[in-house]
Amino acid sequence: MANNDVKLIGAWTSPYVMRAQIALNLKSIKYEFLAEKTGSKSELLLKSNPVHKKIPVLIHDDKPICESLVIVQYIDEVWSSGPSILPSDPYDRAIARFWAAYLDDKWFPAIKGIGMAKEEEARKAAIEQVRQGLAYLEEEFVKSSSKGKDFFGGDKIGYLDIAFGCFLGWLRVTEKMNNMKFLDEIKTPNLFKWAEKFCADDSVKDVMPDTDKLLEFAKILIAKIRAPQN
Amino acid sequence: MAADKMILLDCYVSMFGMRVRIALAEKGIRYHYKEENLANKSQLLLQMNPVHKKVPVLIHNGKPISESLIIVQYIDELWHDKNPLMPSDPYQRAQARFWGDYIDKKIYDPGRRIWTTKGQEQEKAKKEFIEILKILEGELGDKPYYGGEEFGYVDVALVPFYSWFYAFEICGNFKIETDCPKLIAWAKRCMERETVAKSIGDPHRIYDFVVLMKKRLGIE
Repeated sequence: MANNDVKLIGAWTSPYVMRAQIALNLKSIKYEFLAEKTGSKSELLLKSNPVHKKIPVLIHDDKPICESLVIVQYIDEVWSSGPSILPSDPYDRAIARFWAAYLDDKWFPAIKGIGMAKEEEARKAAIEQVRQGLAYLEEEFVKSSSKGKDFFGGDKIGYLDIAFGCFLGWLRVTEKMNNMKFLDEIKTPNLFKWAEKFCADDSVKDVMPDTDKLLEFAKILIAKIRAPQN
Repeated sequence: MAADKMILLDCYVSMFGMRVRIALAEKGIRYHYKEENLANKSQLLLQMNPVHKKVPVLIHNGKPISESLIIVQYIDELWHDKNPLMPSDPYQRAQARFWGDYIDKKIYDPGRRIWTTKGQEQEKAKKEFIEILKILEGELGDKPYYGGEEFGYVDVALVPFYSWFYAFEICGNFKIETDCPKLIAWAKRCMERETVAKSIGDPHRIYDFVVLMKKRLGIE
């Protein structure tokens, strides 16, 4: 299928946008990246995603698709001749979707919660949630990628790798800001190895933000949020 | 698939559980229904859904699947020939998933606040709730179902909330039909479908449950 007209509205700092980019890269699809400016929303974004007004938005032949995991599944289904992103077995698909939803509903909010917490108790609870999530995913990695494969998806990157790996930049920023290690060789040996392989993959390496650059961005963002309102 | 063993861990009043019941009925799948007491969760539930400890959980030949719309997609993919719920076109599928996700994110919380709060907070909840329903009504447009001519995934995702409307209306002292007549017409159309009518909870029983919960939570 011809690439036709593929555009992606996004920002380099967004893990959700990265999911769409990785999926497009896996399928070798050329696309135009329309970068949103921090702190403002373009006309095109507001028109293409009137319900949520959020990035990413994939625009394929002028038709918008919103919500990162919906976009990834769409890319997988439209460009079906490329490598598969979703597992082929329905049960494996359900499990991959389950963990992707867990990451979005519980885990990444806890990561954000560490930075946003106003009290020590809330911060501790968020930290615990992050550790618990990594323990779950360490276990899931062993279960799903049996026989020593590199990724949740097996020999190559799949849906859960994308859903989870996109958060590695912000996870590392959180580690630096809080002077702690979440992914480590002893507690999460499989995830530790997986993370390195994921970031080195051709479909990922050009879209994974540099941790120090992201850290600078995070500091500015937090300062803005914490600043007294005019 | 005659040898399939299907168990559904569920709660009569759960809108999320109702989605799975409808999907199973649409495909004509026989299953064992187990009512959970959420105040005293069974060992089986805790074992099958250790991460969230929530219903519904579908256990298919011993293997658990959790999260209602994930379960619905699983059922739809395995029994894809009978009454398919997801559209076949990838763009339509993306739209269906988008709206399923929207329903998941938006309705439950303001709905809950309608029966758990009073005064200004309740008025705010009612307003939010109606705004969300209006957006959903807009998405339906003039189609008979969200799936178009055929009952589908988004209809399954949304129609269970209709069983709670009576309880919301009594608690909030308002009539949803006033603001969203097309949505109510759509819901009644869905209710004409046997699989929906037999799967979703009776609004009066749900209201009784809400009254009980309000007592337990100490809400007037």
